[in-house]
Amino acid sequence: MSEAVLPQRFLIRRPGLLLSGLILAAVLAAAFAPTLFTGQDPITGVPSERLQGPSLAHLFGTDETGRDVFARVVHGAGLSLRATVLAVLVAFVAGSALGLLAGFRGGWLDSVVMRIVDVLQAVPPILLSLALVTALGFGTTNVAIAVGVAHLASFARLMRAEVLRVRSGVFVEAARASGVRWAGVLGRHVLPNALGPVLVLATVTVGIAVLEVSALSFLGFGASPPTPEWGALVAGGRNFLATAWWMTTFPGLTVAAVVLAANRVSRALDGERS
Amino acid sequence: MKGFPLLRRILQAVVVLWAAFTLSFVILYLLPGDAVLTKLGSAEGGPSASPAQIAALRAEYGLNDPVIVQYGKHLLAALHGDFGTSVATGDDATHQVLTALPPTLAVSGLALVLAIVFGGGIAVLGTFTRTRWVSQLLLSLPPLGTSLPTFWVGLLLIQLFSFQLRLFPALGSTGFASLVLPAVTLALPTGAIIAQVLAKSLQTQLAEPYIEVVRAKGASRRRVHFAHALRNAGLPALTLVGVVAGNLLAGSVVTETVFSRDGLGRVTAAAVTAQDVPVVQAVIVLAAFFFVVLNLAVDLVYPLLDPRVSVRKEVPAHV
Repeated sequence: MSEAVLPQRFLIRRPGLLLSGLILAAVLAAAFAPTLFTGQDPITGVPSERLQGPSLAHLFGTDETGRDVFARVVHGAGLSLRATVLAVLVAFVAGSALGLLAGFRGGWLDSVVMRIVDVLQAVPPILLSLALVTALGFGTTNVAIAVGVAHLASFARLMRAEVLRVRSGVFVEAARASGVRWAGVLGRHVLPNALGPVLVLATVTVGIAVLEVSALSFLGFGASPPTPEWGALVAGGRNFLATAWWMTTFPGLTVAAVVLAANRVSRALDGERS
Repeated sequence: MKGFPLLRRILQAVVVLWAAFTLSFVILYLLPGDAVLTKLGSAEGGPSASPAQIAALRAEYGLNDPVIVQYGKHLLAALHGDFGTSVATGDDATHQVLTALPPTLAVSGLALVLAIVFGGGIAVLGTFTRTRWVSQLLLSLPPLGTSLPTFWVGLLLIQLFSFQLRLFPALGSTGFASLVLPAVTLALPTGAIIAQVLAKSLQTQLAEPYIEVVRAKGASRRRVHFAHALRNAGLPALTLVGVVAGNLLAGSVVTETVFSRDGLGRVTAAAVTAQDVPVVQAVIVLAAFFFVVLNLAVDLVYPLLDPRVSVRKEVPAHV
């Protein structure tokens, strides 16, 4: 398979991947420019149009105060996505830094860092996040940090393993022998070669982070009520399950679609070729 | 220590438990955010509390002691099973958590059975069938299962089975019927993990040379799959037990909230909402306790099931 595969053909053979990419692009667009998708107000509703089922005017129906559910989902994309990105960043940056430190320095520092990582992994991530939310307080940012910290251990573990693998390479030895300082060895030789698998883990974590952030938001630890957030939207429809199925179904479907799309794209990035 | 592998394992388990306690102490007691102010804020009308009241409460909770003294006191108390009194209810935190445990165990137990039966079944059938689309369909289910938000799945189940079909009650914690929907919800992500790991393990085993030998000797496909591959693939899946238990426990927070069931998950959610530090800490330590004990049990049982592994050697790490 030495011939280069045209990107168009690569995508056309994978309609699922194409669809996933489109979903993520749409969510991203909704996060930055929600008004592109809907002109309706996500915060104040029209009381006369309360609890209406899905229609052309209200794609996802309306809620108990007459707010358009589609508008709330679209406007919620910004917060939910920001929380996801922040969570992955926290896990990625802090975890990688710890793993890099442990793997590159070795010795007692390595032992200490890895024992801390062991302990972080002995508690289920969601419970760890809940403990952090208890301490930090509520809000989207705190939820994101809590989810990020709960997943930092796997990043640290992977980064350390990669650094150990790369560190023993001949080119690293050559760089050392030719007098490159440790910072140069680390920044120019070890880090770029160790980063690949860790970046893949980061893309895998995106889907998990969307799920956990929305779960914590569903439990009521995210943004406070009028502000739309995906998990909170599902929770808001709980009391109207029997009469207004659309209030829970569509926001939940959005979360599921985004997670599936993110997982599909991350699988493609993880070395899927023609 | 080399002569006492069992003793070493137990000691390791105790160290992990201690470390989990320390971690929860660091998170809950040392991070900014003040339990006393929260209590005053929630119970006694917020900022109206006088500085004298705050000072008195701080003294009562021992927050004026140096950190290391606070830690020592808490650790000593925790060793006696005392995590303090719930800030929200005034109950003993340990008692509150332990009394909430049985209903959660009931749901988790049923969920575990469902997860093993369906997760395992999907993995076995998905790798056994020779019809390509059936196999593809079955093996695409687990990744789907881990991608769906459980709180949403639970609500969909309520809509369908409680409101449309009227088969199971939507809410409540009485009777076996009320157990079914929460258990299905809880089993979904867990079963998906079991299916993924077992399917992968089965595929690895089926590619091994010994399978070729068994086939060459004329064993039927069924015999190759179930008597040989599954036996070898099932064992490593056993090391998932700790992870699975943690999943069930953590999943119960969402599930019990969705179905308004009494249990540990509900207590946890309520404790986080009230920023009830002692109760949250008790839950964390309990979760770590389950993790440690189950992994210890797997370590001890494993050599009995697989003679190639002795307690002295390492059991292959999970995941």
